Amino acid sequence: MGTSRRSLAREQNQTAYLFLLPWLIGFFFLTAGPMLGSLYLSLTKYNLLSPPTWIGLDNYVQILTNDSTFSGSLLLTFKYVFISVPLRLAFALLVAVVLNKGIRALGIYRTIYYIPSLLGGSVAIAIVWRQIFDSTGAVNKVLSWLGIQGPSWISHPDYIVYTIITLSIWQFGSAMVIFLAGLKQIPADLYEAAQVDGARKWNQFFSITLPMLSPVIFFNLIMSIIHSFQAFTPAFVIGDGRGGPLDATMFYTLYLYLKGFSFFDMGYASALAWIMLLIIGGFTAIVFVTSKYWVFYGDNKEGR
Amino acid sequence: MVINARYGQALKHVPIILLGLLMIYPVLWLISSSFKPNQLIFSDPSLWPRTFTLENYVNGWQGFQGIKFSRFFANSFIISILSVLGNVITCSLAAFAFARLKFKFSKIWFSLMLVTIMLPYHVTLVPQYVIFNELHWINTYYPLVLPKWLATDSFFILLMVQFIRGIPRELDESATIDGCSQKQIYFRMILPLLVPALITTAIFTFIWTWDDFFSQMIYLSDLRLFTVQLGIRALFDPSGSSDWGALLAMSTLSLLPITAVFLMFQRYFLEGIATTGLK
Repeated sequence: MGTSRRSLAREQNQTAYLFLLPWLIGFFFLTAGPMLGSLYLSLTKYNLLSPPTWIGLDNYVQILTNDSTFSGSLLLTFKYVFISVPLRLAFALLVAVVLNKGIRALGIYRTIYYIPSLLGGSVAIAIVWRQIFDSTGAVNKVLSWLGIQGPSWISHPDYIVYTIITLSIWQFGSAMVIFLAGLKQIPADLYEAAQVDGARKWNQFFSITLPMLSPVIFFNLIMSIIHSFQAFTPAFVIGDGRGGPLDATMFYTLYLYLKGFSFFDMGYASALAWIMLLIIGGFTAIVFVTSKYWVFYGDNKEGR
Repeated sequence: MVINARYGQALKHVPIILLGLLMIYPVLWLISSSFKPNQLIFSDPSLWPRTFTLENYVNGWQGFQGIKFSRFFANSFIISILSVLGNVITCSLAAFAFARLKFKFSKIWFSLMLVTIMLPYHVTLVPQYVIFNELHWINTYYPLVLPKWLATDSFFILLMVQFIRGIPRELDESATIDGCSQKQIYFRMILPLLVPALITTAIFTFIWTWDDFFSQMIYLSDLRLFTVQLGIRALFDPSGSSDWGALLAMSTLSLLPITAVFLMFQRYFLEGIATTGLK
Protein backbone atom coordinates (compact mmCIF):
# COMPACT_ATOMS: atom_id res chain seq x y z
CA MET A 1 0.00 0.00 0.00
CA GLY A 2 2.81 2.39 0.98
CA THR A 3 4.71 1.87 -2.24
CA SER A 4 1.65 2.26 -4.42
CA ARG A 5 0.78 5.50 -2.67
CA ARG A 6 4.31 6.72 -3.21
CA SER A 7 4.19 5.78 -6.88
CA LEU A 8 0.84 7.55 -7.14
CA ALA A 9 2.44 10.69 -5.72
CA ARG A 10 5.32 10.34 -8.14
CA GLU A 11 2.92 9.94 -11.03
CA GLN A 12 1.07 13.08 -9.94
CA ASN A 13 4.33 14.98 -9.68
CA GLN A 14 5.29 13.93 -13.21
CA THR A 15 1.88 14.75 -14.66
CA ALA A 16 1.93 18.15 -12.97
CA TYR A 17 5.30 19.08 -14.43
CA LEU A 18 4.25 17.79 -17.83
CA PHE A 19 1.17 20.02 -17.72
CA LEU A 20 3.21 22.95 -16.48
CA LEU A 21 5.91 22.52 -19.10
CA PRO A 22 4.71 25.21 -21.55
CA TRP A 23 4.25 27.68 -18.72
CA LEU A 24 7.67 26.84 -17.23
CA ILE A 25 9.39 27.34 -20.58
CA GLY A 26 7.58 30.63 -21.02
CA PHE A 27 8.38 31.68 -17.48
CA PHE A 28 12.12 31.09 -17.85
CA PHE A 29 12.65 32.16 -21.47
CA LEU A 30 10.08 34.92 -21.89
CA THR A 31 9.62 36.34 -18.40
CA ALA A 32 12.29 35.65 -15.77
CA GLY A 33 15.22 35.39 -18.18
CA PRO A 34 14.35 38.57 -20.09
CA MET A 35 13.76 40.38 -16.78
CA LEU A 36 17.30 39.63 -15.66
CA GLY A 37 18.44 40.37 -19.21
CA SER A 38 16.92 43.83 -19.14
CA LEU A 39 18.44 44.47 -15.71
CA TYR A 40 21.85 43.63 -17.22
CA LEU A 41 21.22 45.64 -20.41
CA SER A 42 20.20 48.64 -18.30
CA LEU A 43 23.80 48.74 -17.06
CA THR A 44 25.21 48.77 -20.59
CA LYS A 45 25.23 50.72 -23.80
CA TYR A 46 23.60 48.57 -26.45
CA ASN A 47 22.28 49.28 -29.93
CA LEU A 48 21.48 45.74 -31.16
CA LEU A 49 24.28 45.78 -33.77
CA SER A 50 27.41 45.64 -31.63
CA PRO A 51 27.69 43.73 -28.32
CA PRO A 52 26.67 45.58 -25.14
CA THR A 53 29.39 47.57 -23.38
CA TRP A 54 29.28 47.83 -19.59
CA ILE A 55 28.78 51.37 -18.32
CA GLY A 56 27.60 50.66 -14.77
CA LEU A 57 24.92 53.00 -13.46
CA ASP A 58 25.51 55.66 -16.13
CA ASN A 59 22.10 55.17 -17.76
CA TYR A 60 20.32 55.61 -14.41
CA VAL A 61 22.43 58.64 -13.49
CA GLN A 62 21.73 60.19 -16.88
CA ILE A 63 17.98 59.50 -16.59
CA LEU A 64 17.61 60.79 -13.06
CA THR A 65 19.83 63.85 -13.24
CA ASN A 66 20.08 64.99 -16.82
CA ASP A 67 17.03 63.99 -18.88
CA SER A 68 14.26 66.54 -19.00
CA THR A 69 12.22 64.39 -21.42
CA PHE A 70 12.18 61.64 -18.77
CA SER A 71 10.97 63.92 -15.99
CA GLY A 72 8.44 65.50 -18.35
CA SER A 73 7.06 62.15 -19.47
CA LEU A 74 6.92 60.90 -15.87
CA LEU A 75 4.96 63.96 -14.77
CA LEU A 76 2.63 63.64 -17.77
CA THR A 77 2.02 59.96 -17.04
CA PHE A 78 1.35 60.73 -13.34
CA LYS A 79 -1.10 63.42 -14.38
CA TYR A 80 -2.86 60.97 -16.69
CA VAL A 81 -3.01 58.19 -14.07
CA PHE A 82 -4.09 60.36 -11.14
CA ILE A 83 -6.82 62.17 -13.03
CA SER A 84 -8.18 59.33 -15.15
CA VAL A 85 -8.15 56.43 -12.65
CA PRO A 86 -10.16 58.12 -9.83
CA LEU A 87 -12.60 59.71 -12.27
CA ARG A 88 -13.12 56.47 -14.17
CA LEU A 89 -13.72 54.47 -10.99
CA ALA A 90 -16.00 57.13 -9.46
CA PHE A 91 -18.02 57.26 -12.66
CA ALA A 92 -18.21 53.47 -12.84
CA LEU A 93 -19.39 53.29 -9.23
CA LEU A 94 -21.98 56.04 -9.65
CA VAL A 95 -23.52 54.49 -12.76
CA ALA A 96 -23.41 51.00 -11.22
CA VAL A 97 -25.28 52.20 -8.11
CA VAL A 98 -27.93 53.91 -10.26
CA LEU A 99 -28.34 50.85 -12.52
CA ASN A 100 -28.50 48.53 -9.52
CA LYS A 101 -31.76 50.09 -8.26
CA GLY A 102 -33.80 47.38 -9.98
CA ILE A 103 -34.16 49.36 -13.18
CA ARG A 104 -35.85 47.82 -16.20
CA ALA A 105 -33.82 46.87 -19.28
CA LEU A 106 -30.63 46.72 -17.19
CA GLY A 107 -29.08 44.34 -19.72
CA ILE A 108 -29.35 46.81 -22.61
CA TYR A 109 -27.85 49.68 -20.63
CA ARG A 110 -25.05 47.47 -19.37
CA THR A 111 -24.23 46.45 -22.95
CA ILE A 112 -24.23 50.02 -24.24
CA TYR A 113 -22.05 51.26 -21.39
CA TYR A 114 -19.68 48.36 -21.89
CA ILE A 115 -19.12 48.90 -25.63
CA PRO A 116 -16.58 51.74 -25.15
CA SER A 117 -14.40 49.44 -23.00
CA LEU A 118 -14.60 46.89 -25.75
CA LEU A 119 -13.61 49.20 -28.59
CA GLY A 120 -11.57 51.85 -26.78
CA GLY A 121 -8.18 50.17 -27.16
CA SER A 122 -8.25 50.15 -30.94
CA VAL A 123 -6.48 52.46 -33.34
CA ALA A 124 -9.86 53.21 -34.96
CA ILE A 125 -11.34 54.81 -31.84
CA ALA A 126 -8.17 56.80 -31.17
CA ILE A 127 -8.54 58.26 -34.68
CA VAL A 128 -12.22 59.05 -34.02
CA TRP A 129 -11.20 60.79 -30.80
CA ARG A 130 -8.76 62.95 -32.67
CA GLN A 131 -11.52 64.08 -35.00
CA ILE A 132 -14.18 64.65 -32.34
CA PHE A 133 -11.80 66.86 -30.36
CA ASP A 134 -10.47 68.64 -33.44
CA SER A 135 -10.87 72.42 -33.39
CA THR A 136 -13.88 72.08 -35.73
CA GLY A 137 -15.00 68.75 -34.26
CA ALA A 138 -18.15 67.72 -32.39
CA VAL A 139 -16.98 68.79 -28.93
CA ASN A 140 -16.32 72.36 -29.96
CA LYS A 141 -19.61 72.47 -31.90
CA VAL A 142 -21.50 71.60 -28.73
CA LEU A 143 -19.46 74.15 -26.79
CA SER A 144 -20.25 76.81 -29.38
CA TRP A 145 -24.00 76.17 -28.95
CA LEU A 146 -23.43 77.02 -25.31
CA GLY A 147 -21.59 80.16 -26.36
CA ILE A 148 -18.15 78.84 -25.42
CA GLN A 149 -15.25 79.12 -27.80
CA GLY A 150 -13.47 75.77 -27.42
CA PRO A 151 -9.70 75.56 -27.80
CA SER A 152 -7.99 73.43 -30.42
CA TRP A 153 -7.74 70.40 -28.16
CA ILE A 154 -5.42 68.37 -30.36
CA SER A 155 -2.85 70.89 -31.52
CA HIS A 156 -2.52 72.78 -28.22
CA PRO A 157 0.07 71.16 -25.92
CA ASP A 158 -1.83 72.21 -22.77
CA TYR A 159 -5.07 70.47 -23.74
CA ILE A 160 -4.24 67.33 -25.67
CA VAL A 161 -3.64 65.27 -22.52
CA TYR A 162 -7.25 65.95 -21.46
CA THR A 163 -8.57 64.43 -24.66
CA ILE A 164 -6.57 61.29 -23.83
CA ILE A 165 -7.94 61.38 -20.27
CA THR A 166 -11.53 61.59 -21.53
CA LEU A 167 -10.85 58.61 -23.78
CA SER A 168 -9.84 56.67 -20.67
CA ILE A 169 -12.83 57.81 -18.60
CA TRP A 170 -15.14 56.95 -21.51
CA GLN A 171 -14.11 53.33 -20.98
CA PHE A 172 -15.56 53.07 -17.47
CA GLY A 173 -17.83 50.18 -18.51
CA SER A 174 -15.56 47.28 -17.54
CA ALA A 175 -15.10 48.64 -14.00
CA MET A 176 -18.86 49.26 -13.85
CA VAL A 177 -19.62 45.62 -14.70
CA ILE A 178 -17.34 44.50 -11.85
CA PHE A 179 -19.02 46.95 -9.46
CA LEU A 180 -22.47 45.76 -10.53
CA ALA A 181 -21.50 42.18 -9.72
CA GLY A 182 -20.14 43.35 -6.37
CA LEU A 183 -23.33 45.26 -5.55
CA LYS A 184 -25.38 42.13 -6.17
CA GLN A 185 -23.40 40.35 -3.44
CA ILE A 186 -24.37 42.83 -0.72
CA PRO A 187 -27.14 41.22 1.39
CA ALA A 188 -30.43 43.12 1.05
CA ASP A 189 -31.22 42.73 4.76
CA LEU A 190 -28.42 45.16 5.60
CA TYR A 191 -30.32 47.88 3.76
CA GLU A 192 -33.63 46.77 5.29
CA ALA A 193 -32.16 46.99 8.78
CA ALA A 194 -30.76 50.44 7.99
CA GLN A 195 -34.14 51.57 6.72
CA VAL A 196 -35.83 50.37 9.92
CA ASP A 197 -33.27 52.38 11.86
CA GLY A 198 -34.16 55.40 9.74
CA ALA A 199 -30.81 55.78 7.97
CA ARG A 200 -30.90 58.03 4.92
CA LYS A 201 -29.90 56.82 1.44
CA TRP A 202 -26.76 58.93 1.60
CA ASN A 203 -25.73 57.33 4.91
CA GLN A 204 -26.58 53.88 3.58
CA PHE A 205 -24.20 54.46 0.70
CA PHE A 206 -21.31 55.44 2.96
CA SER A 207 -21.95 52.95 5.77
CA ILE A 208 -23.06 49.89 3.81
CA THR A 209 -22.37 50.12 0.08
CA LEU A 210 -18.84 51.54 0.18
CA PRO A 211 -17.44 49.26 2.93
CA MET A 212 -19.06 46.15 1.47
CA LEU A 213 -17.72 47.04 -1.96
CA SER A 214 -14.23 47.99 -0.78
CA PRO A 215 -12.54 44.69 -1.82
CA VAL A 216 -13.86 45.20 -5.35
CA ILE A 217 -12.77 48.84 -5.36
CA PHE A 218 -9.34 47.71 -4.14
CA PHE A 219 -9.02 45.22 -7.01
CA ASN A 220 -10.18 47.76 -9.59
CA LEU A 221 -7.83 50.40 -8.24
CA ILE A 222 -4.75 48.17 -8.44
CA MET A 223 -5.53 46.92 -11.93
CA SER A 224 -6.40 50.41 -13.22
CA ILE A 225 -3.20 51.95 -11.86
CA ILE A 226 -1.00 49.22 -13.36
CA HIS A 227 -2.87 49.40 -16.64
CA SER A 228 -2.88 53.20 -16.93
CA PHE A 229 0.85 53.55 -16.33
CA GLN A 230 1.35 51.45 -19.47
CA ALA A 231 -0.94 53.43 -21.80
CA PHE A 232 0.47 53.69 -25.31
CA THR A 233 -1.92 53.51 -28.28
CA PRO A 234 -4.01 56.65 -27.48
CA ALA A 235 -0.89 58.76 -26.93
CA PHE A 236 0.71 57.39 -30.08
CA VAL A 237 -2.30 57.86 -32.37
CA ILE A 238 -3.90 61.03 -30.92
CA GLY A 239 -0.51 62.71 -30.74
CA ASP A 240 1.84 62.69 -33.70
CA GLY A 241 3.55 59.44 -32.70
CA ARG A 242 6.73 61.19 -31.60
CA GLY A 243 5.40 62.73 -28.41
CA GLY A 244 4.34 66.02 -29.96
CA PRO A 245 3.01 68.68 -29.87
CA LEU A 246 5.91 69.83 -27.66
CA ASP A 247 6.17 66.50 -25.81
CA ALA A 248 2.56 66.88 -24.62
CA THR A 249 1.81 63.26 -25.55
CA MET A 250 5.20 61.90 -24.49
CA PHE A 251 3.77 59.21 -22.19
CA TYR A 252 6.31 57.08 -20.39
CA THR A 253 5.75 54.02 -22.59
CA LEU A 254 6.01 56.13 -25.74
CA TYR A 255 9.32 57.59 -24.55
CA LEU A 256 10.62 54.09 -23.80
CA TYR A 257 9.50 52.91 -27.23
CA LEU A 258 11.16 55.81 -29.02
CA LYS A 259 14.43 55.37 -27.09
CA GLY A 260 14.53 51.62 -27.67
CA PHE A 261 13.05 51.15 -31.12
CA SER A 262 13.55 54.48 -32.86
CA PHE A 263 16.99 55.48 -31.55
CA PHE A 264 17.97 51.87 -30.73
CA ASP A 265 19.40 52.95 -27.40
CA MET A 266 18.31 49.68 -25.83
CA GLY A 267 20.36 49.90 -22.66
CA TYR A 268 18.75 53.24 -21.89
CA ALA A 269 15.28 51.86 -22.69
CA SER A 270 15.89 48.92 -20.31
CA ALA A 271 16.85 51.32 -17.54
CA LEU A 272 13.63 53.25 -18.21
CA ALA A 273 11.72 49.97 -17.96
CA TRP A 274 13.24 49.11 -14.58
CA ILE A 275 12.50 52.57 -13.21
CA MET A 276 8.92 52.10 -14.36
CA LEU A 277 8.73 48.69 -12.67
CA LEU A 278 9.92 50.26 -9.40
CA ILE A 279 7.38 53.09 -9.68
CA ILE A 280 4.46 50.77 -10.43
CA GLY A 281 5.64 48.38 -7.70
CA GLY A 282 5.84 51.29 -5.28
CA PHE A 283 2.30 52.46 -5.98
CA THR A 284 0.92 48.94 -5.82
CA ALA A 285 2.66 48.47 -2.46
CA ILE A 286 1.19 51.73 -1.14
CA VAL A 287 -2.31 50.64 -2.11
CA PHE A 288 -1.72 47.22 -0.52
CA VAL A 289 -0.35 48.66 2.73
CA THR A 290 -3.10 51.25 3.11
CA SER A 291 -5.72 48.66 2.18
CA LYS A 292 -5.95 47.32 5.74
CA TYR A 293 -7.33 50.70 6.80
CA TRP A 294 -10.02 50.94 4.16
CA VAL A 295 -10.71 47.49 2.73
CA PHE A 296 -13.33 45.54 4.64
CA TYR A 297 -13.30 41.78 4.13
CA GLY A 298 -16.35 40.81 6.21
CA ASP A 299 -16.34 38.85 9.49
CA ASN A 300 -15.31 35.42 8.25
CA LYS A 301 -12.06 36.56 6.68
CA GLU A 302 -10.98 39.10 9.28
CA GLY A 303 -7.57 38.67 10.86
CA ARG A 304 -6.18 36.75 7.96
CA MET B 1 -50.26 57.87 -7.10
CA VAL B 2 -49.85 54.95 -9.44
CA ILE B 3 -49.46 57.24 -12.43
CA ASN B 4 -46.97 59.36 -10.50
CA ALA B 5 -44.92 56.32 -9.64
CA ARG B 6 -44.91 55.27 -13.26
CA TYR B 7 -43.73 58.71 -14.36
CA GLY B 8 -41.08 58.57 -11.69
CA GLN B 9 -39.92 55.25 -13.04
CA ALA B 10 -39.77 56.62 -16.58
CA LEU B 11 -37.99 59.78 -15.44
CA LYS B 12 -35.25 57.65 -13.94
CA HIS B 13 -34.47 56.34 -17.39
CA VAL B 14 -33.99 59.78 -18.92
CA PRO B 15 -30.48 60.56 -17.58
CA ILE B 16 -29.40 56.97 -18.16
CA ILE B 17 -30.52 57.09 -21.78
CA LEU B 18 -28.91 60.50 -22.33
CA LEU B 19 -25.64 59.26 -20.90
CA GLY B 20 -25.93 56.14 -23.06
CA LEU B 21 -26.33 58.27 -26.18
CA LEU B 22 -23.30 60.32 -25.21
CA MET B 23 -21.34 57.10 -24.67
CA ILE B 24 -22.27 55.63 -28.00
CA TYR B 25 -21.97 58.88 -29.99
CA PRO B 26 -18.31 58.45 -31.07
CA VAL B 27 -19.12 55.00 -32.46
CA LEU B 28 -22.20 56.30 -34.29
CA TRP B 29 -20.16 59.21 -35.66
CA LEU B 30 -17.59 56.77 -37.01
CA ILE B 31 -20.19 54.57 -38.70
CA SER B 32 -22.19 57.43 -40.21
CA SER B 33 -19.09 59.30 -41.43
CA SER B 34 -17.85 56.20 -43.17
CA PHE B 35 -20.91 56.39 -45.45
CA LYS B 36 -20.52 60.09 -46.27
CA PRO B 37 -18.70 61.42 -49.32
CA ASN B 38 -15.27 62.72 -48.38
CA GLN B 39 -16.09 66.42 -48.60
CA LEU B 40 -19.12 66.08 -46.32
CA ILE B 41 -17.45 64.18 -43.45
CA PHE B 42 -16.38 67.31 -41.58
CA SER B 43 -18.98 69.74 -42.89
CA ASP B 44 -22.14 67.71 -42.30
CA PRO B 45 -22.52 67.20 -38.54
CA SER B 46 -25.71 65.10 -38.65
CA LEU B 47 -25.48 61.43 -37.78
CA TRP B 48 -27.74 60.50 -40.70
CA PRO B 49 -25.76 60.96 -43.97
CA ARG B 50 -27.55 63.31 -46.39
CA THR B 51 -25.78 61.66 -49.28
CA PHE B 52 -25.11 58.00 -48.82
CA THR B 53 -22.14 56.37 -50.51
CA LEU B 54 -20.26 53.08 -50.41
CA GLU B 55 -17.32 54.55 -52.26
CA ASN B 56 -15.22 54.85 -49.07
CA TYR B 57 -15.47 51.12 -48.52
CA VAL B 58 -14.51 50.37 -52.11
CA ASN B 59 -11.55 52.76 -51.95
CA GLY B 60 -10.39 51.64 -48.53
CA TRP B 61 -10.58 47.96 -49.40
CA GLN B 62 -8.00 48.60 -52.15
CA GLY B 63 -5.44 49.09 -49.38
CA PHE B 64 -2.15 50.51 -50.57
CA GLN B 65 0.88 49.51 -52.64
CA GLY B 66 -1.13 46.77 -54.25
CA ILE B 67 -2.01 45.01 -51.01
CA LYS B 68 -5.70 44.87 -50.25
CA PHE B 69 -7.29 45.22 -46.85
CA SER B 70 -8.58 41.67 -47.12
CA ARG B 71 -4.95 40.60 -46.63
CA PHE B 72 -4.71 42.61 -43.40
CA PHE B 73 -7.94 41.08 -42.14
CA ALA B 74 -6.74 37.57 -42.96
CA ASN B 75 -3.46 38.27 -41.13
CA SER B 76 -5.23 39.60 -38.05
CA PHE B 77 -7.50 36.56 -38.00
CA ILE B 78 -4.56 34.15 -38.30
CA ILE B 79 -2.69 35.79 -35.41
CA SER B 80 -5.79 36.05 -33.22
CA ILE B 81 -6.99 32.50 -33.77
CA LEU B 82 -3.55 30.97 -33.20
CA SER B 83 -3.27 33.04 -30.02
CA VAL B 84 -6.68 31.91 -28.81
CA LEU B 85 -5.80 28.25 -29.31
CA GLY B 86 -2.48 28.70 -27.54
CA ASN B 87 -3.96 30.41 -24.51
CA VAL B 88 -6.89 28.02 -24.16
CA ILE B 89 -4.71 24.92 -24.34
CA THR B 90 -1.60 25.86 -22.36
CA CYS B 91 -3.32 28.00 -19.70
CA SER B 92 -5.87 25.26 -18.96
CA LEU B 93 -3.08 22.67 -18.62
CA ALA B 94 -1.19 24.86 -16.18
CA ALA B 95 -4.38 25.76 -14.30
CA PHE B 96 -5.30 22.09 -13.82
CA ALA B 97 -1.85 21.38 -12.37
CA PHE B 98 -2.06 24.34 -10.00
CA ALA B 99 -5.64 23.70 -8.92
CA ARG B 100 -5.69 19.91 -8.53
CA LEU B 101 -2.27 18.23 -8.51
CA LYS B 102 0.18 17.82 -5.65
CA PHE B 103 3.74 18.43 -6.78
CA LYS B 104 7.07 19.64 -5.49
CA PHE B 105 7.55 23.41 -5.14
CA SER B 106 3.92 23.99 -6.17
CA LYS B 107 3.55 26.94 -3.77
CA ILE B 108 6.65 28.67 -5.16
CA TRP B 109 5.57 28.26 -8.77
CA PHE B 110 2.07 29.45 -7.95
CA SER B 111 3.26 32.62 -6.27
CA LEU B 112 5.68 33.31 -9.14
CA MET B 113 2.75 32.92 -11.51
CA LEU B 114 0.74 35.45 -9.50
CA VAL B 115 3.60 37.94 -9.60
CA THR B 116 3.85 37.77 -13.39
CA ILE B 117 0.21 38.93 -13.69
CA MET B 118 1.15 42.35 -12.36
CA LEU B 119 4.44 42.67 -14.22
CA PRO B 120 4.48 45.52 -16.77
CA TYR B 121 5.51 44.18 -20.17
CA HIS B 122 8.21 46.83 -20.46
CA VAL B 123 10.73 44.95 -18.31
CA THR B 124 10.80 42.00 -20.68
CA LEU B 125 10.30 43.97 -23.90
CA VAL B 126 13.87 44.72 -24.96
CA PRO B 127 15.43 41.29 -24.21
CA GLN B 128 12.47 39.54 -25.84
CA TYR B 129 13.07 41.61 -28.93
CA VAL B 130 16.76 40.75 -28.80
CA ILE B 131 15.96 37.03 -28.51
CA PHE B 132 13.47 37.07 -31.38
CA ASN B 133 15.91 39.11 -33.44
CA GLU B 134 18.67 36.54 -32.84
CA LEU B 135 16.28 33.82 -34.00
CA HIS B 136 15.54 35.88 -37.16
CA TRP B 137 11.88 36.01 -36.19
CA ILE B 138 11.37 39.71 -36.86
CA ASN B 139 8.72 40.00 -39.57
CA THR B 140 7.22 36.63 -38.68
CA TYR B 141 4.21 35.87 -36.48
CA TYR B 142 6.21 33.79 -33.97
CA PRO B 143 6.93 36.70 -31.58
CA LEU B 144 3.20 37.45 -31.44
CA VAL B 145 1.87 33.90 -31.18
CA LEU B 146 4.54 31.82 -29.43
CA PRO B 147 4.15 33.59 -26.04
CA LYS B 148 0.50 32.49 -25.99
CA TRP B 149 1.55 28.88 -26.56
CA LEU B 150 3.83 29.23 -23.54
CA ALA B 151 1.02 30.42 -21.25
CA THR B 152 2.60 33.81 -20.57
CA ASP B 153 -0.85 35.44 -20.10
CA SER B 154 -0.96 34.14 -16.54
CA PHE B 155 -4.07 36.18 -15.87
CA PHE B 156 -6.02 33.43 -17.62
CA ILE B 157 -4.30 30.70 -15.59
CA LEU B 158 -5.58 32.38 -12.44
CA LEU B 159 -9.06 32.70 -13.94
CA MET B 160 -9.15 28.95 -14.65
CA VAL B 161 -7.60 27.99 -11.30
CA GLN B 162 -10.42 29.85 -9.57
CA PHE B 163 -12.94 28.10 -11.78
CA ILE B 164 -11.52 24.60 -11.25
CA ARG B 165 -11.44 25.15 -7.48
CA GLY B 166 -15.19 25.64 -7.70
CA ILE B 167 -15.67 22.16 -9.21
CA PRO B 168 -16.39 19.63 -6.41
CA ARG B 169 -13.34 17.50 -5.63
CA GLU B 170 -15.53 14.43 -5.02
CA LEU B 171 -15.92 14.18 -8.80
CA ASP B 172 -12.21 13.56 -9.38
CA GLU B 173 -11.91 11.38 -6.29
CA SER B 174 -14.58 8.99 -7.48
CA ALA B 175 -12.93 8.95 -10.89
CA THR B 176 -9.57 8.08 -9.30
CA ILE B 177 -11.22 5.17 -7.47
CA ASP B 178 -12.59 4.02 -10.82
CA GLY B 179 -8.99 3.90 -12.04
CA CYS B 180 -8.76 7.13 -14.00
CA SER B 181 -5.31 8.68 -14.30
CA GLN B 182 -4.83 12.41 -13.70
CA LYS B 183 -4.59 12.99 -17.44
CA GLN B 184 -7.90 11.26 -17.99
CA ILE B 185 -9.47 13.37 -15.23
CA TYR B 186 -8.26 16.51 -16.97
CA PHE B 187 -9.56 15.48 -20.38
CA ARG B 188 -12.78 13.73 -19.38
CA MET B 189 -13.96 15.53 -16.26
CA ILE B 190 -12.39 18.95 -15.85
CA LEU B 191 -12.17 20.12 -19.45
CA PRO B 192 -15.88 19.73 -20.23
CA LEU B 193 -16.83 21.52 -17.00
CA LEU B 194 -14.29 24.25 -17.67
CA VAL B 195 -15.94 25.32 -20.95
CA PRO B 196 -17.35 28.65 -19.64
CA ALA B 197 -13.89 29.71 -18.42
CA LEU B 198 -12.35 28.53 -21.70
CA ILE B 199 -14.83 30.65 -23.65
CA THR B 200 -14.10 33.69 -21.48
CA THR B 201 -10.38 33.16 -22.11
CA ALA B 202 -10.93 32.72 -25.84
CA ILE B 203 -13.00 35.90 -26.17
CA PHE B 204 -10.60 38.09 -24.24
CA THR B 205 -7.56 36.67 -26.00
CA PHE B 206 -9.20 37.29 -29.36
CA ILE B 207 -10.02 40.91 -28.58
CA TRP B 208 -6.72 41.76 -26.91
CA THR B 209 -4.72 40.18 -29.74
CA TRP B 210 -6.85 41.91 -32.38
CA ASP B 211 -6.15 45.28 -30.70
CA ASP B 212 -2.52 44.65 -29.77
CA PHE B 213 -1.13 47.49 -31.82
CA PHE B 214 2.12 47.85 -29.85
CA SER B 215 3.60 44.35 -30.37
CA GLN B 216 2.40 44.21 -33.96
CA MET B 217 4.11 47.51 -34.69
CA ILE B 218 7.38 46.41 -33.10
CA TYR B 219 7.62 43.04 -34.79
CA LEU B 220 6.03 43.61 -38.21
CA SER B 221 7.29 46.03 -40.83
CA ASP B 222 6.70 43.98 -43.98
CA LEU B 223 3.53 45.29 -45.60
CA ARG B 224 2.38 41.82 -46.61
CA LEU B 225 2.35 40.77 -42.95
CA PHE B 226 0.49 43.87 -41.74
CA THR B 227 -2.53 43.47 -39.46
CA VAL B 228 -5.72 45.53 -39.55
CA GLN B 229 -4.47 47.87 -36.80
CA LEU B 230 -1.22 48.50 -38.69
CA GLY B 231 -3.12 48.97 -41.94
CA ILE B 232 -5.34 51.63 -40.42
CA ARG B 233 -2.39 53.40 -38.84
CA ALA B 234 -0.67 53.38 -42.23
CA LEU B 235 -3.76 54.91 -43.91
CA PHE B 236 -3.81 57.62 -41.26
CA ASP B 237 -1.55 60.59 -41.74
CA PRO B 238 -1.42 62.83 -38.65
CA SER B 239 -0.44 65.84 -40.75
CA GLY B 240 -3.94 65.79 -42.20
CA SER B 241 -3.75 64.61 -45.79
CA SER B 242 -5.42 61.24 -45.19
CA ASP B 243 -8.24 59.89 -47.33
CA TRP B 244 -10.63 60.26 -44.42
CA GLY B 245 -13.51 58.42 -46.01
CA ALA B 246 -11.43 55.30 -46.67
CA LEU B 247 -9.78 55.54 -43.27
CA LEU B 248 -13.08 55.72 -41.39
CA ALA B 249 -14.62 52.96 -43.52
CA MET B 250 -11.75 50.59 -42.71
CA SER B 251 -11.85 51.68 -39.06
CA THR B 252 -15.53 50.74 -38.93
CA LEU B 253 -14.77 47.34 -40.44
CA SER B 254 -11.89 46.81 -37.98
CA LEU B 255 -14.34 47.05 -35.07
CA LEU B 256 -16.80 44.53 -36.54
CA PRO B 257 -15.07 41.27 -35.52
CA ILE B 258 -14.66 42.22 -31.86
CA THR B 259 -18.19 43.60 -31.69
CA ALA B 260 -19.54 40.41 -33.24
CA VAL B 261 -17.63 38.25 -30.76
CA PHE B 262 -18.89 40.41 -27.91
CA LEU B 263 -22.53 40.26 -28.95
CA MET B 264 -22.40 36.51 -29.61
CA PHE B 265 -20.83 35.61 -26.28
CA GLN B 266 -22.11 38.49 -24.19
CA ARG B 267 -23.20 36.30 -21.32
CA TYR B 268 -19.78 34.70 -20.85
CA PHE B 269 -18.16 38.02 -21.38
CA LEU B 270 -19.90 39.94 -18.64
CA GLU B 271 -19.80 36.99 -16.25
CA GLY B 272 -16.11 36.57 -16.94
CA ILE B 273 -15.36 40.16 -16.03
CA ALA B 274 -17.50 39.96 -12.93
CA THR B 275 -16.01 36.73 -11.55
CA THR B 276 -12.38 37.60 -12.26
CA GLY B 277 -13.00 40.99 -10.77
CA LEU B 278 -14.34 39.60 -7.55
CA LYS B 279 -11.51 37.25 -6.81
